[in-house]
Amino acid sequence: MAAKRYDCDIVVVGGGPGGSMAAKYCAEGGLKTIMIEKDAEIGAPLRCAEGVSKKWLTEVGIEPDPAWICADMVGAIIKSPSGHKFQLDESQAGAEVGYVLERHLFDKHLAAMAAEAGADIMLRTGCTGVIKDGNNKLIGVRAKSMGEPIEIYAKCVVAADGFESQVARWAGMDTGIKLSDIVTCLQYRMTGIDIDAEYCEFVVGSPAPGGYVWIFPKGDNIANVGLGVQGTKCKLGADPKYYLDKFIAEDPRLNKGQVLEIVGGMVSTCPGMDDATADNLVLVGDAARIIDPITGGGICHACRTGMYAGKVLTECAKKNDFSKKALKPYEKMWRDRMEDKLYRNFMAKERLAQLDDKTIDELVLLIQDSDIGEVNVYNLLKVIKEKFPQVVEGFEDLI
Amino acid sequence: MKVNYDKCLHCGGCAGSCPQNAIYLNDYILEFNERCNLCGRCIKICPVGALSKEVS
Repeated sequence: MAAKRYDCDIVVVGGGPGGSMAAKYCAEGGLKTIMIEKDAEIGAPLRCAEGVSKKWLTEVGIEPDPAWICADMVGAIIKSPSGHKFQLDESQAGAEVGYVLERHLFDKHLAAMAAEAGADIMLRTGCTGVIKDGNNKLIGVRAKSMGEPIEIYAKCVVAADGFESQVARWAGMDTGIKLSDIVTCLQYRMTGIDIDAEYCEFVVGSPAPGGYVWIFPKGDNIANVGLGVQGTKCKLGADPKYYLDKFIAEDPRLNKGQVLEIVGGMVSTCPGMDDATADNLVLVGDAARIIDPITGGGICHACRTGMYAGKVLTECAKKNDFSKKALKPYEKMWRDRMEDKLYRNFMAKERLAQLDDKTIDELVLLIQDSDIGEVNVYNLLKVIKEKFPQVVEGFEDLI
Repeated sequence: MKVNYDKCLHCGGCAGSCPQNAIYLNDYILEFNERCNLCGRCIKICPVGALSKEVS
């Protein structure tokens, strides 16, 4: 049977936040846009800890809505392995703390924004490859839609396929990452636990080698409890499960709780790809490895890059030129906005992942005693730079 | 490669990490293509230990 054919200006592969924002801004620009999503539901299954900061939402045109904000945090707690605590409250917590989302509702809200702008959405439609013409030019994607093979022809493809990042690879780009730039994660949504519902908690050091433990509250006795382990520090097989079960068993606040959901996933912790575009192809969010290498936070980066992609593609359409050269403004926009910070946090991640528990204890004590003002990765590194210059050696000029 | 589907969470992490781009998550099934050189990275980092080398 011949594959059913669709024609459009832009095909967006992936219905996460990056895909929806790209689709919204393309459709708003008057482009015929199709967004495909392999799952049967936007926003599910969950692959996320759901914590986000607040400030960027309006930057990308999203009005905070209680419909998808599960909990509003008043602060954050950073814990060292031996239990030293650094507590920050909202006035200081700044950009690094904010909301815990209901991702299945948040993602639907964004997809609805894309739909309202005029984008078509196709669920249960997984991309299976790309289509190239006789001159090796990318002209669309192949997919399986409700079991039927289809072909979607487009002037440009937006790869918003997340960590898997396969569309770019099918198109001939190398999105491969080093083992040291992979953090493998497991999370339980737990109930019946005794936590402070207004604080996000982060535990660093040996409880989660090369990563951290997070406890993000989603109500009075319910939270996303998870952790990530750096790829190079995986030794046992199923390391994230081992460390998470161990952490929960040893924490009296958690060990009487029950698990409502198990979530697996991985994040990249490199500073973004050298090229996030090719002829007739734009990569956004996790697919472009654009994600904060320290926090693993990807939603704001996906939304920003999705928005930039949509705006630039709208301009490209005016000249009907979607070449890599014509897409250059996209590279410039995301790099101007985020690249320095991504690189700085990448360097910091490389160093922090090497520290032993004793040094991490000292760092947390040092931060406890410092008046650092608004707490963000930048200010924390500034304090660390004074007492532990070796930690920031090689990227001091970014601090 | 052998997949224990009683453990696999279909997270796609192995597909995104594969240095050979040899893994495709087709709905709930992991497909390994001929580029797989048994490097073992996916076995090492699968969060729940769902992957192993086929013993023949």
